Amino acid sequence: MPATHSGTVRPAAITAEGWGWRHAGRAQPAIQGLDLRIEPGERVLLLGPSGAGKSTLLHALAGVLGDEEDDSDETGSLLVDGVSPRGQRGRAGLMQQDPETQVVLSRVGDDVAFGAENLAVPRDEIWSRVHEALDDVGLRTAAGGGLALEHPTAALSGGQKQRLALAGILAMRPGLILLDEPTANLDPAGVLEVRDAVGRCLDKTGATLVVVEHRVSVWKDLVDRIVVLQPGSIATGPGAGTPGVLLDGPPDQVLTEARDMLVAAGVWVPGYVPATRERVREAGTNELLLAAQDLAVSREKPRRKGFRTIPPVPAQKDITAQVRAGMALTVTGPNGAGKSTFALTLAGLLAPVDGAVSAGVGLSEGAGIDPYKWKADQLISRIGTVFQEPEHQFVTGKVLDELMFGPKHLGHGEERVDELVERLRLSHLVDANPYTLSGGEKRRLSVATVLAAHPKVLVLDEPTFGQDANTWAELASFLSELLDAGTAVVSVTHDQEFSAVLGGTELRLGPVSQGETTHQEAGAA
Amino acid sequence: MNLRGNHALLTRANPLAKFVAVFLISLVLALSIDWVSASTALVAELVLFPLAGLTIRLLWQRAWPLIIAAAIGGWSTAIVAADSGAVLLDVGLWSISEGSLQLGLGFMLRGLAIALPAILLMSCTDPTDLADALAQKAKLPHRFVLGSLAAMRLVGLMAEEWQTIGMARRARGVGSQGSPIQRLKATLGQSFGLLVQAVRRASRLAVTMEARGFGGGQRTWARESTYSLLDVWVVVGGVAIAGGAVLTALGAGTWSFVWR
Repeated sequence: MPATHSGTVRPAAITAEGWGWRHAGRAQPAIQGLDLRIEPGERVLLLGPSGAGKSTLLHALAGVLGDEEDDSDETGSLLVDGVSPRGQRGRAGLMQQDPETQVVLSRVGDDVAFGAENLAVPRDEIWSRVHEALDDVGLRTAAGGGLALEHPTAALSGGQKQRLALAGILAMRPGLILLDEPTANLDPAGVLEVRDAVGRCLDKTGATLVVVEHRVSVWKDLVDRIVVLQPGSIATGPGAGTPGVLLDGPPDQVLTEARDMLVAAGVWVPGYVPATRERVREAGTNELLLAAQDLAVSREKPRRKGFRTIPPVPAQKDITAQVRAGMALTVTGPNGAGKSTFALTLAGLLAPVDGAVSAGVGLSEGAGIDPYKWKADQLISRIGTVFQEPEHQFVTGKVLDELMFGPKHLGHGEERVDELVERLRLSHLVDANPYTLSGGEKRRLSVATVLAAHPKVLVLDEPTFGQDANTWAELASFLSELLDAGTAVVSVTHDQEFSAVLGGTELRLGPVSQGETTHQEAGAA
Repeated sequence: MNLRGNHALLTRANPLAKFVAVFLISLVLALSIDWVSASTALVAELVLFPLAGLTIRLLWQRAWPLIIAAAIGGWSTAIVAADSGAVLLDVGLWSISEGSLQLGLGFMLRGLAIALPAILLMSCTDPTDLADALAQKAKLPHRFVLGSLAAMRLVGLMAEEWQTIGMARRARGVGSQGSPIQRLKATLGQSFGLLVQAVRRASRLAVTMEARGFGGGQRTWARESTYSLLDVWVVVGGVAIAGGAVLTALGAGTWSFVWR
């Protein structure tokens, strides 16, 4: 039988004294003047607005931040167990946000073993650790997937990938577990899977935990302390010059005493739904803009076999839905139900496998009935699509160029850009490179760039994933304004509060394998 | 890039032994331009295909571009090579003679005989096992080997990403329609977008790997790369095919070094 974790894990202590870090090539430090002490075995939730330097702190603790030779700057000291974290391989384990990059190798067992191998753990012990870690994160129970060591990592869901990453971390027996928005890219079921696995492993090992996450309710009961950081990178912001830590204490205390402050900082305080603008003209003009009739959708293209064309297996079929001016349509359903694929097909970006998407007269305006056949500039002035990953849509090297791109191509609408910049608080960023913005800023920019072309239909794929409460509220209010002004908004989302703000109808897509299809519920959201 | 349930005999051989066998065959075939040595090796390789879990169907699916390229190469050699012997076909500039046909056939067979062992190697070798063998047995630097292995996994992701970026850019008004120059510009832009995403993913992956202790000096291996009796047979097989090809060609008097 493998040895237990508890005998071998020594929880780590963290001390920061006046610590700060400026990334290479940046004028302002990402974080500065941080004084913080975390005792061995403490479980800390780290909060703060975007740009407060939370990720920077986690990377530093993991010992993966910068080198001596590049031109980044460190001030003060940051120590793990009294020593610089850079030289302590395996003392801390870090999980990042994007599940795809948390997997290193192509077989489950090998991936878990990777960290232990790097720490030169003897072979027999590696495998006993691998078995134990996979059990601990629940990947080997029937409910967790019952994965064999040879199982291909590519076939895992997002939640499974994150739990696999946790197993890989546990196999190193680290005294410090660092989680950088580990559930931001996951659906609600995946969020709970990962949270529960982390809880079980901490109970067993007693390791110190530092987790960064916007959604406090997910982690509140698991942590015993909440630390709120000040924004450090915005020189002119309200937090400029003040020490790094804004608030520190037990979860309930911090959440009650500093509720208003946290709300103002964009933190998702449990039980609090940010105030958003109310819809005033629910009904809209009701003009039919887009209709899907018996639609089957897939990302795959048809294959050719000899002279025959074989259509791909649809991710979802028999979808019938209507998009009307001034109305919101929310697309919901479990993972793998083809929600995004449907939205992309509706938006004229994918060809239907079967059935049809047709534009109403008010939308097509002479461009033809099938959005997939529209030219790119015809498409953007009619249907705007905001992708889940904002970076996929950046086509220039400057925020202002990015915003002007659509209007320039169309030859009109440049005057609208100023208004969008103002409305989505991008004024101070117009000269920045889009890729260097924070997550919330990127999201706001991606919405603004698509809207600059003034489309009548706006399609959004999981627009609220990983967003802080302020960005969330801004986005929801802004969309509610657009809806009242007559734009149709189609959003793929797991976020019930978000769809409640937008109102309208819900289209629920079921698991396709059961042959059960879809129905559109009036006023469900 | 995995073996997808392939349990054929050669999957159990050490990748390095397979690599040595393939290298020997390719080396010998690269030395001569005659058709006898090439066809001897080719016949031997085709006989061994089932041992790697390959069928003619699978072979065609994986290697059709190579097979077509070899056929085209052979055909053009037959047409354009200097005539010798009886002329079989003469259409203006192009003519096919016995000599040029033989040369073209040799060219095609050689292309196939060199390409097939590589395909055979890839079909029955798991990339992870190959990396283990290269690092543990061939003593290549493990940073390089494991780094490449991890990067290869990202290549599959990039294919998906390419499609998504294409759609995301169309949604911004960057069309794939228009003049060839516009299309080229659009493709270049999309490639740049993919490059950015590839770099991002790669740097995040690098952080993941570094945070798991990668890059230090000492390292153990969870999977031991071992040699077995089978590997001796694999190398012997490689020597036999390579040697057989040379001897047959010498016996038939067709062997001719490429540089002569």
